[in-house]
Amino acid sequence: MSSIGTGYDLSASQFSPDGRVFQVEYAQKAIENSGTAIGLRGKNGVVFAMEKLVTSKLYEPGANRRLFGIDRHIGMAVGGLLADARQIVETSRKESSNYRAEYGGDVPLRYLTDRVAGYIHAYTLYSAVRPFGCAVILGSQEPTGPSMYMIDPSGVYYGYKGCAIGKAKQAAKTEMEKLEFSNMNIRELVKEAAKM
Amino acid sequence: MMMGSNLDLYSQHNKSKVSGGMNLPDWVSEKHMTGTSIMAIEFDGGVVLGADTRSTTGAYVANRVADKLTKITDKIYCCRSGSAADTQAIADIVNYHLEFHEVQTGVDPPVKSAAVVFKGLCYQYRDQMSAGILVAGWDKQLGGQIYSIPIGGMINRQKVSIGGSGSSYIYGFVDSQYKDNMTLEESADFVTRALSLAIMRDGSSGGCVRLAIITEAGVERRLITGDKLPKFYEG
Repeated sequence: MSSIGTGYDLSASQFSPDGRVFQVEYAQKAIENSGTAIGLRGKNGVVFAMEKLVTSKLYEPGANRRLFGIDRHIGMAVGGLLADARQIVETSRKESSNYRAEYGGDVPLRYLTDRVAGYIHAYTLYSAVRPFGCAVILGSQEPTGPSMYMIDPSGVYYGYKGCAIGKAKQAAKTEMEKLEFSNMNIRELVKEAAKM
Repeated sequence: MMMGSNLDLYSQHNKSKVSGGMNLPDWVSEKHMTGTSIMAIEFDGGVVLGADTRSTTGAYVANRVADKLTKITDKIYCCRSGSAADTQAIADIVNYHLEFHEVQTGVDPPVKSAAVVFKGLCYQYRDQMSAGILVAGWDKQLGGQIYSIPIGGMINRQKVSIGGSGSSYIYGFVDSQYKDNMTLEESADFVTRALSLAIMRDGSSGGCVRLAIITEAGVERRLITGDKLPKFYEG
């Protein structure tokens, strides 16, 4: 789909006549061209799997890693522009750390996701900055059970049982719909993720 | 009106400017005293908080039925000792923070979070305030918990904790009579007896004993009036 912005796509502070913010949509395009990342939530944990795009044999092992630890209990998988994603990781780590200093405990994933999504959303409001060109999947094992959220460049987030971003996301989602997540433990999910 | 008068600045002002011959009531220039006896104890399934009900300004009993057990959230209460104004102000701020937290996270706030917020304020403003607080409550993760935050802003989790000026007189009693794994009623009785002894010996503590018993089911408040307090050797 090639959307012709005709002048309404030059900054994030402009709506198009049919109510779209083109800059945000273009940001979503950036992710569709990146390597696939999937997240699966089972009954006792969350499993992430990333497609490893080896662009050069000269890279050190561990280069181009797209999976990050936010706190002791939260992991984040990213897709899209890696530099943008690293900033989101840093912000999430600071938020989590601040929460711990203020309230003395692990930050609940829902709260962290809300804060990070608000941060990402802020970059879609002004013409002086561009939206983040990455989507992130956050997962955590909490006392109340495992939880997983995905935030896209518009700042919208949803809780998921299974989600995918990147090149092969459609194919991955189709496979996921066949799984019965609430009954599977993480060992089974790791095998499923590898198959995908 | 305070549980311990925090009038140091004011008293100096009075002595230097107005003293010339004038006979002012003692409570105007009375030195600061932390007049209270408070206690909290953990049992399997919850906590019991207790406090006396005397609020003093110097030698004057400003309120003989004060309530020093303040609600922070539905299942978290605190015992306040030190300056009444300081502790009330802090409790209000903590209450605000936790209500906000409850709405944002969608879960009941943990007792530890309440205690850490208290500590943050007590430590940051330690030079301007006089507040000794026992935070106690029940949450689903860890059950009944007590966090003691004495003057200065240290935080420490304890199974049994005492505070206020009257507490000095009952350290021996509590150390020797405390047992692990008491039931709800045994714990309530232990707190009542300990506070009665403190009231007997401390001039700044008196009146009745108020209890707050917090469990999964909620909070039960009890008032044991002065005439019904357990009696000990009186000479």
